[in-house]
Amino acid sequence: MAISIDEVDRIAKLSKLTFNESEKQKLQAELSAILAYVDQLKEIEGKTVIDLVEDPDSINLMRDDVVEVTTEPEEFLKQAPSRQGNFVKVKSILE
Amino acid sequence: MDFTDLTVKLASELLAHKKISAKELAQMSLDRIKQVDEKIHAFLYVAEKESAEFAQTADDLIAQGENFSLTGIPYAAKDNILVKGMQATAASKILENYTATYNATVINKLNIEQPILMGKTNLDEFAMGSSTENSAFGVTKNPYDLTRVSGGSSGGSAAAVASGEVLFSLGTDTGGSVRQPAAFCGIVGFKPTYGRASRYGLIALGSSLDQVGVFAKTVEDTSMVFQLLAGQDNYDTTTLPKPVPDYSKVLKEDLKGVRVGIPKEYFIAGIDKEVAIITQAAIKKLQELGADVTEMSLPHASYALAAYYLILPVEISANLSRFDGIRYGLSVAGNNLDEVYYNTRSQGFGPEPKRRIMIGTYASSAGYRDAYYKKAKYAQQLIRKDFTDAFEKYDVIVTPTTPTPAFKIGEKSQDPLSMYLADVFTVGTNIAGVPGMSIPAGQTQAGLPVGIQLMAGHFAEEKLFMVGHALEKTLKLKLKPNI
Repeated sequence: MAISIDEVDRIAKLSKLTFNESEKQKLQAELSAILAYVDQLKEIEGKTVIDLVEDPDSINLMRDDVVEVTTEPEEFLKQAPSRQGNFVKVKSILE
Repeated sequence: MDFTDLTVKLASELLAHKKISAKELAQMSLDRIKQVDEKIHAFLYVAEKESAEFAQTADDLIAQGENFSLTGIPYAAKDNILVKGMQATAASKILENYTATYNATVINKLNIEQPILMGKTNLDEFAMGSSTENSAFGVTKNPYDLTRVSGGSSGGSAAAVASGEVLFSLGTDTGGSVRQPAAFCGIVGFKPTYGRASRYGLIALGSSLDQVGVFAKTVEDTSMVFQLLAGQDNYDTTTLPKPVPDYSKVLKEDLKGVRVGIPKEYFIAGIDKEVAIITQAAIKKLQELGADVTEMSLPHASYALAAYYLILPVEISANLSRFDGIRYGLSVAGNNLDEVYYNTRSQGFGPEPKRRIMIGTYASSAGYRDAYYKKAKYAQQLIRKDFTDAFEKYDVIVTPTTPTPAFKIGEKSQDPLSMYLADVFTVGTNIAGVPGMSIPAGQTQAGLPVGIQLMAGHFAEEKLFMVGHALEKTLKLKLKPNI
């Protein structure tokens, strides 16, 4: 299935990525080729629907919520591009 | 003694008998890295200073008589596995200046025995690829032919072991990223059952498919390393509290009564002639060892790659949304918050992560989710059922690891879909969640290694080690690159 440049724009916006015109055209061709390949999954449509057997290994593993000292906050905060005291600083969201 | 001829087992015996020290082994590893890494580029970071400290700790343990099988053994870890205080770039510009703040569980588990970490190895950006050509920091070349790829995504870890720089290494395998480069580089590459080993501290690619993997020169070495990595972890709730067998007890030399399935879907047109011949010869050896070999069918196996290239990108688009320039990694300025996101991600990610984020976003977006993602998840159930049914009848399933030997650098890099097809035989195990291992099966006329893939049922890793070890012993290959 081929996708349009408008759709490339729509997905890019959802992905928070920007592309120039030639990149968009390349992506349009590449994504269309990949989608054409995965379209073979249509063949399994209408095949007998299997009963999805409950996987015996799909269990919830519970544990006590115990406080542990792992990494010091400073270690994490040192990685932040912008900070103020013990906070990560971001651009203002509200005017 | 030639360091490049050592195995984990041999080095461990030499250390135990005080014929060599950990410090000397670390130096030999470092010398070898300095000698060959300029040519193959397996390492993104060589831990010269740290490795000397690790070696000292190992020698102290040995002096106190508290050494284990991996104490003092030089190894490498893929650069998407976190080691506290070291870089973890995932071969991406977006993490170029990131320093890990904690250890992955697998690193903590190894540290109990104190092997020597020699450095961090190259990969395709965020482990997306089959050749390391997607690395933001250059390609890793195949030690057998420097004009060819080492495979991927864990190409650096594979080349580091194959070229004799280290004795084992860790990689990650989401669709074949350990087994495929192991096949291309003539070594053993192993991926456990999903849920057998912890993913905590691995940079997430596809969380429902990712597993840590082991590269080594022999099946026995591989089982020795994995013995330490296997087991439940409180920091990864997808790991299961199942007992881990003693893998050293399962290695034997004959395969009487072992049931081997050969899925006909994996021997199709398009597979390289030499690969087919070498695979068939290895299968014959299994028969000679007493295995009961039968042709069988995995009817939905051919859909595995299509399902994989929908499920994986959808998970990628979610996992990679954390890279936004706010808490760590690259941050590119903008006039408002949205611009920071757009600028950081557009400059930080390379073409392949962008491509997969785009596919994944599309396939999971409103109006397309049912047509793509849901269909892929349904195909996954069919494939999983094929495998679980098959493993009621067979102990292991055997296929070629890859359709071709290592391809030329640049041969597929302009055509994403042809690159994806390099994983066609390996993705099935990740989709089904079962363990898989590639072991060397021979060499082509041109001298390129060819691998054979063994697969087993959920949590039946010991069967891979048993069959792999017996096959390796009878094949008696002496693969060693001339580098």
